Amino acid sequence: MQISRTALAFPLVLMMAACSPKVAETPVGSLPTLPPPLPAAGDFGATLQGALISAKPGDTIVMPEGTFALSDPLSLDVDGVTLRGAGQGLTVLDFAQQSGAGEGLLVTSDDVTLMDFTVRDTKGDGIKSKGADRITYKYLTVEWSGEPNETNGAYGVYPVESKDVLVENITVRGASDAGIYVGQSSNIIVRNSIVEFNVAGIEIENSSGADVYGNIARNNTGGILVFDLPDLPVSGGNSTRIFANQILANNTRNFAPPGNIVAGVPSGTGLIIMANRNVHVFDNTFDNNRSAHVLITAYSLPFTDVAYNPLPRDIVLRANTYSGGGDDPQGILTPLAAAIGGKLPPIVWDGVSAWPGAEAQAVNLTISEAPEVGFLNLGVPAYPLDPAAMAPSPDRPQGTPPLEPAAIVLAHGQG
Amino acid sequence: MRFAALLLAALVAGLAAACGLARGSGPNMGVILAEAPASNLSAYGLFADIRSARPASGVVPFELANPLFSDHAEKHRFVFVPGGKTATYANNDVFAFPVGTVLVKTFAFAPDMRTPDAGAFRVETRLLIHKENGWAAFPYIWNAEGTEAEYAPIGGRRTIETISPSGAPLTINYAVPNQNQCKTCHQAGAAIAPIGPKARNLNHRGQLEDWVALGVLDQLPAGAPAAIAPFDVALPLDARARAWLDINCAHCHKPDGSASNSGLVLSATETDPVKVGIGKRPVAAGRGAGTLFQVIVPGAPDRSILAYRMASTDPGVAMPELGRSLHDPDGLALVRDWIAAMETQ
Repeated sequence: MQISRTALAFPLVLMMAACSPKVAETPVGSLPTLPPPLPAAGDFGATLQGALISAKPGDTIVMPEGTFALSDPLSLDVDGVTLRGAGQGLTVLDFAQQSGAGEGLLVTSDDVTLMDFTVRDTKGDGIKSKGADRITYKYLTVEWSGEPNETNGAYGVYPVESKDVLVENITVRGASDAGIYVGQSSNIIVRNSIVEFNVAGIEIENSSGADVYGNIARNNTGGILVFDLPDLPVSGGNSTRIFANQILANNTRNFAPPGNIVAGVPSGTGLIIMANRNVHVFDNTFDNNRSAHVLITAYSLPFTDVAYNPLPRDIVLRANTYSGGGDDPQGILTPLAAAIGGKLPPIVWDGVSAWPGAEAQAVNLTISEAPEVGFLNLGVPAYPLDPAAMAPSPDRPQGTPPLEPAAIVLAHGQG
Repeated sequence: MRFAALLLAALVAGLAAACGLARGSGPNMGVILAEAPASNLSAYGLFADIRSARPASGVVPFELANPLFSDHAEKHRFVFVPGGKTATYANNDVFAFPVGTVLVKTFAFAPDMRTPDAGAFRVETRLLIHKENGWAAFPYIWNAEGTEAEYAPIGGRRTIETISPSGAPLTINYAVPNQNQCKTCHQAGAAIAPIGPKARNLNHRGQLEDWVALGVLDQLPAGAPAAIAPFDVALPLDARARAWLDINCAHCHKPDGSASNSGLVLSATETDPVKVGIGKRPVAAGRGAGTLFQVIVPGAPDRSILAYRMASTDPGVAMPELGRSLHDPDGLALVRDWIAAMETQ
């Protein structure tokens, strides 16, 4: 009868494991291999949510191919996790029967990558990340089935209050607000994505430092919006570059719920810059946006936020290509266009340079486009709008171009 | 071999003792402070008798003056502060509870809510534990017999058939939140924190005097604040509505809460009318705004998004987003009255 060493050693190891958590060592010099996909059988929503909760930093969670009906929302709160499927349209998280919460997937941790899956028919937003720095969204589809509808969720891809945001190779369809919405964030890239049949294709709001390029924004109500709004924790949006995008036929009717800020976007608008500073728009292709290709405007509603500046400032338009459009202005632009013959040129500025209780300011627009590209200054002195006080003019303003922001560089290794 | 097996058993027992896993009466600090949650609620030793959920010695029942609405659930709250330690009083914030503190909240339903004590059954118990590195939340779901509750990190749903307080048959698609959803409400910046145990919420019926006497709380200064009862019609309407919003909404609608990006701040201490919602336009509400334009239109509850979202049970519209599948008729009536009484601008 000999006491086995193993018998002695085993409980000691157990004791050590139980009392002091072992820290996983990071392998050096080896490429990570993907773990096997989660089992598709059974309650996949529960399986996936369980994996998202028990994940450790650095983990990759792989979803299998298939369409999975989920009844409850998903959330991830572990740093450094990658969630990936078999590909857009191959791994489909279907929320048509969702009950509870505002979005399909909520991420609240840093250094997360989401890739290669589809989120469909959420009751609220598609994928939201809040306070999630260095997040990457890539090769994802977020869509609402059927015709554009006001009961669709607001945002498809929705990073907010985050630093270092990468959104690339995304497709969003049917959002009743914005397909890709980046809010109250900084250091942002949105590129190589397709947004269609949303109210707003891409919206950069109350954010600073964004490069938006290589995207196709088509068949939305408005293609791309760069906004700043009052009464939010983060405002003073600035320094956005919009370049090399195709902004085409954004003529879908406005199906946003009426109280939403985008409900005021006239159908047929390519790009709107509102109350934002230092926005550079170049090398884009605008075609067949029926209201106007570019609309530059002040925030037109009353506000109390003393730190808020409702004017667009330091705006540069250069070397864009414009064709078609402007022939059927919609929404608020219908009566304004009617006053000048019913059509609008590619670039329209409201002309506002003051707001109630403030001195007039230099808006500083630079329009460096080919001479034949039409421009209209509606000559609105201030909001609220008084049609009688308007003094429309086709003269381009002679601004001093502000220094163009440097290209956005994300955190090391992101993407 | 037999000796080896006995040795193994002895060592495992030793391990249990070393890690504080030994069963016994009273809260088990080893289990409470362990990195991983226990599989079963009984393992914490918080209940002297798990079947009756009678608390163990040192586990103190308490009540909030103004609880959050959770589908009419009856909530049973307990606090355990480790022996020899006390929570530190704070005038406005949540008390500073020492490491090892456990806040226990059990959700129960009765077959007929008009007689809440008759045949009530427990559905879930949520633990909020102050671990060495901060607070952590752990949901437990009770078995059908009510003899044990099992750790349920992914939450769950349960259909509850009952009779509502107004006497109507009621089916509740009750959701036990998952661990991440716990954080949605309990978020304070990057960390999580208790919500209820503040002086103003606890300061009623001599409760805080009891806490001091029991050694749970270090002191109770004279003039400690007390939340008003939202449904005591003898009290001012404005204060009642703000008290209701504070406990039902402000855990997210605060500057470091989950809804910070909305800019809507519903803490009772907020004084900026726009931040409270008056004349404030929706930002990212989507269809949550319905056909309405402002969070609160003074004098017009039917035109106020706040009342619209409180009245809804549609995911994507309903507020709060979590913790209810029904609307709170009393809270809604209170907030509507409050908006209706506001001076129109």
